[in-house]
Amino acid sequence: MLQLVVDGLFVGSFYALVALGYSMVYGIIKLLNFAHGDVYMVGAFAGFLLFSTVTGLVASGGLMSLLLVLLVAMILTGLLGVFVERVAYRPLRGSPRLAVLITAVGVSFILEYGVRQIMGPNPRVYPVRLTGETFNLLGARITLPQLILFAVAGLLMVALNFLVMRSRDGRAMRAIALDPQAAKLMGVNVDRVISRTFFIGSALAGAAGVMAGAYYGTVDFLMGFVIGLKAFTAAVIGGIGNLYGAMLGGILLGLLESFGTAFLGGEWRDVFSFACLILFLSLRPTGILGARVVERM
Amino acid sequence: MSAEGQESSVAAVDAATTADVDRARGDGRTALLSVRDLRLRFGGVKAVDGLTFDAYPGEIISVIGPNGAGKTSAFNCITGFYRPTSGDILFDGESIIRKLPSSIVKLGLGRTFQNVRMFREMTVVDNVKTAMHARISQNVFDAILHTPRYRRVERQCVEDARGWLDFVGYSLDEDLLASQLPYGEQRRVEIARALASQPKMLLLDEPAAGLNHSEKQDLIALIRRIRDLGIGVVLIEHDMGLVMNISERVIVLNFGREIADGTPDEVRRNPQVIEAYLGADEGEES
Amino acid sequence: MTTRAPETRSVRGLTYRIEPPAPTRVRPAPARGLREPRRFMSLVGGLLLLLALALPFINASPYIISIGTSAFIYIMLAMGLNIVVGYAGLLDLGYYAFFAVGAYTSGVLATNDMPLVFTIPFVIVACIGAGLIIGGPTLRLRSDYLAIVTLGFGEIIRLTANNLELTGGPSGISGIPTFAFFGWSFRDGLDLFGIHFNGKILLYYTAVLAGGAFAVLAVSRLGRGRLGRAWRAIKDDEDAAEAMGINTYLAKLAAYVMGAIFGGLAGILMAAHQTAISPTSFVFLNSALLLMAVVLGGMGSTPGVIIGALVISLAPELLRDFSSWRYLIFGVLLVLMMLFRPQGLWPSTAVLPFLRFRARGRSPREGFTDHGEPSENVDRSEELA
Repeated sequence: MLQLVVDGLFVGSFYALVALGYSMVYGIIKLLNFAHGDVYMVGAFAGFLLFSTVTGLVASGGLMSLLLVLLVAMILTGLLGVFVERVAYRPLRGSPRLAVLITAVGVSFILEYGVRQIMGPNPRVYPVRLTGETFNLLGARITLPQLILFAVAGLLMVALNFLVMRSRDGRAMRAIALDPQAAKLMGVNVDRVISRTFFIGSALAGAAGVMAGAYYGTVDFLMGFVIGLKAFTAAVIGGIGNLYGAMLGGILLGLLESFGTAFLGGEWRDVFSFACLILFLSLRPTGILGARVVERM
Repeated sequence: MSAEGQESSVAAVDAATTADVDRARGDGRTALLSVRDLRLRFGGVKAVDGLTFDAYPGEIISVIGPNGAGKTSAFNCITGFYRPTSGDILFDGESIIRKLPSSIVKLGLGRTFQNVRMFREMTVVDNVKTAMHARISQNVFDAILHTPRYRRVERQCVEDARGWLDFVGYSLDEDLLASQLPYGEQRRVEIARALASQPKMLLLDEPAAGLNHSEKQDLIALIRRIRDLGIGVVLIEHDMGLVMNISERVIVLNFGREIADGTPDEVRRNPQVIEAYLGADEGEES
Repeated sequence: MTTRAPETRSVRGLTYRIEPPAPTRVRPAPARGLREPRRFMSLVGGLLLLLALALPFINASPYIISIGTSAFIYIMLAMGLNIVVGYAGLLDLGYYAFFAVGAYTSGVLATNDMPLVFTIPFVIVACIGAGLIIGGPTLRLRSDYLAIVTLGFGEIIRLTANNLELTGGPSGISGIPTFAFFGWSFRDGLDLFGIHFNGKILLYYTAVLAGGAFAVLAVSRLGRGRLGRAWRAIKDDEDAAEAMGINTYLAKLAAYVMGAIFGGLAGILMAAHQTAISPTSFVFLNSALLLMAVVLGGMGSTPGVIIGALVISLAPELLRDFSSWRYLIFGVLLVLMMLFRPQGLWPSTAVLPFLRFRARGRSPREGFTDHGEPSENVDRSEELA
């Protein structure tokens, strides 16, 4: 049973990283960035290209190369996020909700099928595969790669927390989330903060993508689709707009999935996740840590 | 159900206010709309803090007060868009606190919005027709098959819509899209739309905002015409000239509760009201 | 003077509390005959329908007929989605789920010896049920959530069909018979005026054409009636719609369920047309493409949606060479549309210029008579008064 917990936590950390981006963007501009899952996919492919084309330090395949590629991929996906916001979302800021959502669907398509054009429709094998010894922890098997990725994910989340809670940027983000008008009056450059939010959220998703590629071994242009949905589920479970909620929701969803598939069978994994989503939205739409919004009829 | 019957849940001060007004009237008329100790909190902010007043059938009341006094919040509670933290609201004897806005409209309480919220993509006539939704019997099969009932109902709807549009003094093309109208006309059509829902009482949220002088005169005449139909009108307004001109009674709000409730003259001389407005000249010249 | 309003009474299908004032202004005479835009468009529609009917006589190749059949099924689907997205403004990313429900319901029943026509009521019931189950809890949510939840449901339906034995698992159901009436089946063909109509393909085409025409007629008429106005009001400004006495939740549910029914009916047609269905037909990609058809054509506009449906369903055939670029181009088009022309190719409020001129006797405006982007109806749920 502990094995289920370990597996669940591991998968959950991926969900959490991607869910954070969702939650951050939603918190600040109340938009569910439908294309966010595809940013994860682009990150994975960015890592793929970096590993394949850059030789030397990278070819060693060791921890250093992973971290280096991770960093570069994060920067690239962060910039992608900023670009998308600038070009597709910002012009529509005063528009009806429906228009922005549809645009997000369009962006998702562009990312998916753009990558498909460039990289081909078939899954690509990651040139670097993380291998390592397996440890035995109280009866559960956990591998070195898993531990490393856990650590990286954890570090990223701690860094994010520090950024949001302590830095000026972070305060600005929270201010805009609470009251955009007041924040503007206080001198906050709303546009710049929103761009930064997209950067950070997309970078986190990109990191998750690289790690997923390195761990699972293959990447394909549709890998972001399901992750996007699961990350949304995680964000909802934890309380959307709430960063701790995203982390909690990710971990929780990973655990739920782990236990769920143990009972129902692997092929029901995704159905189980989506069922959780619907259940939460019906019964507790604000999530576990979500704030109580003023009740509207 | 009389206003007096509610007093068991009302603080002593508020009871005195209501009883005063009733005595002034000299008749035991029943209030159509009764707001009792209404409270609304957003987090730490008390938007409405113990508001109590009555509105009687067929009278014209204005609700005034400095910005942030809670007027629109109160309106939103009354019309069902916000759920109050505590208190009660009665319309025609029924408590409407937990009701959906659409149910409240069906009971006969109509409203307009502070920032005119027309259906911009629909024509003027269709805008007015939407308000008839609850009063039409037409089902899906009627619509698809164009049954005689469908034709009858649609024809009558157009007829009625035109009647209301003429009543409010709308004189432009009825097939214009709402977004193509100038602001003053949009306000007019919004009122026609609210009237088409057959209200017993109409809540108008700053109907004069943004209107020029002659449009305001039209508005005054329109409000009186509405009252003559037997529909009560409750206005939120900032234009003091208009308020004093048209209201039979004025309720002044500050910090989320009423600080005065009487005729325009009484209110004008009320020291608390003067203090609330001290230094701020918010009314435009009529 | 200040008396209580009289009680309600019912006259000609409307209930009244107050006598509405009689119209006082003299209005211009309505446009007569073909000058009236609606009548003109109906005539155009009728002519196009006749043209479509005549298609088999012009070019009877099975390939063309098959494309035509698919196109009309697609039109039917698009009209159904038009109710949900175009009229009511509900972003449904899982619409294909109802298509799947219809196809699988009739597929399973038909391969178990039920005549295809009899599966229709079952499909309708199944789709109403699915619509209520999916729509019931989710339509209370904000529009952003709705999009993803409907997507999730679409995936649930597809994966369930993939996993269950009843639905044939990943290989689906095959051998679905075509329409049969009392011993005569479409397959047998029809002899009329001495010409033998090669049954399945041609009769099938006609049946689908009838279905598509019905969908177009029904959905456009629905849009003009009471519910249609309520839907358009909700799409424009949900709070204001609520303030008009429209129970927005019930109206949205009605839109969702009705869309579901049309999706399911289209599913029957597709199942019989292809005689085999499998879960791969119902991937999200297809829901997204259908959405694009509605959005690019013009949300809520019947001619627009028909054009959009034709473009999306025929593009793969016409643009064979660009097949791998296809979806990327669609995505780009979608974003560009939303940025520059969100009303779509043929906006719902547009009237052909020359008709406008005739109806009103005023000078026509340039191009379509539409207006700028709506800027109201941004999210207000956190607004303090």
